[in-house]
Amino acid sequence: MTDHPERLAPHHHVLRYTFAERLNHWIAAGSYLYLLATGLAFWSPWLFWMAVVLGGGQISRQLHPWVGLLFAGSVFYMYALWAGQMGFDAVDREWWSNLRYYITNQDDKMPPAGRYNAGQKMLFWSFFYGAIVLLLTGLVLWFTDYLPWSLRWLRYLAVLLHPIAALVTIGNFFIHVYMGVFAERGAFGSVIRGDVSLAFAKRYHPGWYQEIVGSSDDRK
Amino acid sequence: MSQATLRIQKISGHAGTVPGEDTQRTETLCKLVDTTTCIGCKACEVACVEWNDMPFSQTTFENTYQTMPDTRWNYWNLILFNEHEQADGSLQWLMRKHQCMHCAEPGCLEACPADGAIVQYTNGVVDFQQDHCIGCGYCITGCPFNIPKLNSVTKRVYKCTLCTDRISEGLEPACIKSCPTGCLHFGTKDDMKNLANQRAKQLRDQYGFANAGVYDPPGVGGTGVIYVLHDATKPELYGGLPSNPRIPIAVKLWKHPLKWLGNFALIGGLVGLFAHYLRFGPKAHEEEDIPPTGARP
Repeated sequence: MTDHPERLAPHHHVLRYTFAERLNHWIAAGSYLYLLATGLAFWSPWLFWMAVVLGGGQISRQLHPWVGLLFAGSVFYMYALWAGQMGFDAVDREWWSNLRYYITNQDDKMPPAGRYNAGQKMLFWSFFYGAIVLLLTGLVLWFTDYLPWSLRWLRYLAVLLHPIAALVTIGNFFIHVYMGVFAERGAFGSVIRGDVSLAFAKRYHPGWYQEIVGSSDDRK
Repeated sequence: MSQATLRIQKISGHAGTVPGEDTQRTETLCKLVDTTTCIGCKACEVACVEWNDMPFSQTTFENTYQTMPDTRWNYWNLILFNEHEQADGSLQWLMRKHQCMHCAEPGCLEACPADGAIVQYTNGVVDFQQDHCIGCGYCITGCPFNIPKLNSVTKRVYKCTLCTDRISEGLEPACIKSCPTGCLHFGTKDDMKNLANQRAKQLRDQYGFANAGVYDPPGVGGTGVIYVLHDATKPELYGGLPSNPRIPIAVKLWKHPLKWLGNFALIGGLVGLFAHYLRFGPKAHEEEDIPPTGARP
């Protein structure tokens, strides 16, 4: 009935993320953490020690672009996996306009989100477009010495857009980690072992829950 | 270059104070290049390569009296040549000694993220410390004169040191020493400015160069290399010397408002999330009769 990979797991659990989704998530997460640490080291002298801890400024400068390619590839694989499920619909718009209830933990007042709520969709698109900007400006910064003087405006563009795009993703990253690790209990487990409880699905993704329950007889 | 005798007044990518700032009574040093008496002999180019023990670099002939199109990581000093057709149809050969300008407000140092990779000594010399350089190339973006050049093997940038090793011993830079016409001078910034202004006045009053003047661009706080030009209203004629060089506005925006806004947002975001947890805590969902995630048999 659905094009989602989920299936009911034993003990009132449902598979939320396949192995491929989970593995890719952690490739993105690991590479992003490295990029965050080394990028912030180049961003501020007060944080340069992070590059030193990670093997020194030279090594950090050498590896940052390569890890960036890995991260971009991982984000583009996410696009292939999830872009079809990330379109905004009427429920998402309503969800977004009721965001204050979500923030204040009054989740029963929220409209029924599907597999992804509007906030997760926004996170996805911010990372997708952020990765594109970071990749393009990152290539300019990587090979900055090959650019002729007449194209120096590309460098000026890159040194502004690269940190702006990074800051946008960092803000989303902070919220993402906070939601996944601290705010929504069960969310972190879903990206480790893949499944969530049906209670979790019903509470946070009622639309998705209805799809699963409606499409399957073999629960419990 | 390690400079035990030179104190540092500006440090790139540095958190905290600068050891030599306003601690020493020193004169700002300056090169004066009189383009009107340069004959393009390239002695200064050779002296630079020789003194700095740099490997010889293949030259490029492009039908001009110029050794190669641009400076290189191992070729810090280049006489740029331009055959300029004047309004009356006569030709003028313009020669300009192109090297690091040792800006009072260096864009390279402003852009550099590596602690101590670029320093400015109290005598005004801007010097790259390759052992601290991380090879990011931000200095290339920050420089309005297209000076820093990356060595693709060592992944470090190099440029004119103003012969820091010589001047710290009381010698003049190698290029100055080698100049046969006396178009190159070296001394304190005040002395060089006086000399340059005298020469410009002489060119205006006695040689018919009505627009002769001195190039010491205020946009970068003045430079440690100043030029006497036949026509100071058109510095671009002299190998693309920018008429009003500045640290690029993008670098200024990046290093000041964007940095402060970004830091404010990052710290504010972390504090805000922590406060949110204190106020609202985690979301709770009824587990009903369902065991929690991870508690499977």
